[in-house]
Amino acid sequence: MSGKPKLHYFNGRGRMEPIRWLLAAAGVEFEECFMEAKDDLIKLQKDGSLLFQQVPMVEIDGMKMVQTRAILNYIAGKYNLYGKDLKERALIDMYVEAMMDLNELLLSYPFQPADKKEQHFANTVDKATNRYFPVFEKVLKDHGQDFLVGNQFSRADVQLLEILLMAEECKPDILARFPVLQRFKAKISNVPTIKKFLQPGSQRKPPQEEKDVPKVLKIFY
Amino acid sequence: MAGKPKLYYFNGRGKMESVRWLLAAAGVEYEEEFLETREQYEKLLQGGSLMFQQVPMVEIDGMKMVQTRAILSYIAAKYNLYGKDLKERALIDMYVGGTDDLMGFILFFPFLSAEDKEKQLAVIVQKATSRYFPAYEKVLKDHGQSFLVGNNFSWADVHLLEAILMVEEKKSDVLSGFPQLEAFKTRISSIPTIKKFLEPGSQRKPVPDDKYVETVRRVLRMYYNLKPN
Repeated sequence: MSGKPKLHYFNGRGRMEPIRWLLAAAGVEFEECFMEAKDDLIKLQKDGSLLFQQVPMVEIDGMKMVQTRAILNYIAGKYNLYGKDLKERALIDMYVEAMMDLNELLLSYPFQPADKKEQHFANTVDKATNRYFPVFEKVLKDHGQDFLVGNQFSRADVQLLEILLMAEECKPDILARFPVLQRFKAKISNVPTIKKFLQPGSQRKPPQEEKDVPKVLKIFY
Repeated sequence: MAGKPKLYYFNGRGKMESVRWLLAAAGVEYEEEFLETREQYEKLLQGGSLMFQQVPMVEIDGMKMVQTRAILSYIAAKYNLYGKDLKERALIDMYVGGTDDLMGFILFFPFLSAEDKEKQLAVIVQKATSRYFPAYEKVLKDHGQSFLVGNNFSWADVHLLEAILMVEEKKSDVLSGFPQLEAFKTRISSIPTIKKFLEPGSQRKPVPDDKYVETVRRVLRMYYNLKPN
């Protein structure tokens, strides 16, 4: 038994991906236990491992943590990626919550029924380019620093990079109007732990393929 | 101008209600500006007060905070309702995540059609009684303490009470079978700041009605055709 955190989820991005990013960014090695079929989820539910019968679940520091935000907050707090005081935390939380809203749109796209896909895509691109990206472009432009908050690398930077890359997968020229975000993307991608995570062979998961969607749905429904 | 926090939202529960509860629990007085018209909302937007063009927004300590979770975390930490260390915070975050999900099923209830309301009611009761209440019942039973985390009053207790009362409004006997939660409800309701908040005349908002739904739709020009989750 190692002391490494152990992630319980299916072998795909979903709601676990930001957790993989944050652990990787913090330079923390982790193990993964992949659910392949419904029985795997039922087993976890039956043995009392899932507080609300749901995954993500992360075994870390003697806890079986659930709730994505709780897990991310704990990792960020433990590895000093959560700002230096209450006010920096407030800024980080505001930014990160907004990113999670955008992340919901991005991660749910492959799971949309065929007749809703186009509208969902249009809405996602609209929110990304008119609501969220302009804010982060302005924050970075206004203070001219490399990192979003407190002139220091934090979870907000990790999560923003993740979102920017996912948005580009969705629409490759989506950052065309955002030169500062493009520079941010290049800079944060070069942070050594992040650079490593972006290389092939890391635990980063690929985009959700349509053909695998039914298999994923079968685990949960 | 007072140093009191100022809440910008509709005159109704929605996502702001948890903020009202937490401030009240902490004994913090606050002011409210209610959105009634589209013009008010556009004025806030144009003034740059809403970072992501959304409410809730709370002016507090020189910040215009948005994102409900961020606001609640800030208040909880500032007023020592967030546990004493990282591990207690982890537990609080987990518990609050659960009650947030549960209240999320109720949040859009007033916007649904009559037929969908019936279906959603069944979902709310099922989730409450088979997923969420059993979890909190077990937590309280296992440690036998008065509060959810660290033997100390915290944000988790306030949020759970809020959720319990909300579900009870939908089904008054929903706590039968959950004796720990019954006792918890009585205990937390009698904490002086909470007791005060539960009395008529407080800033607690009533169950949303059609007028509330109309106002939200008019101001935001959204949520016309909501379907249950």
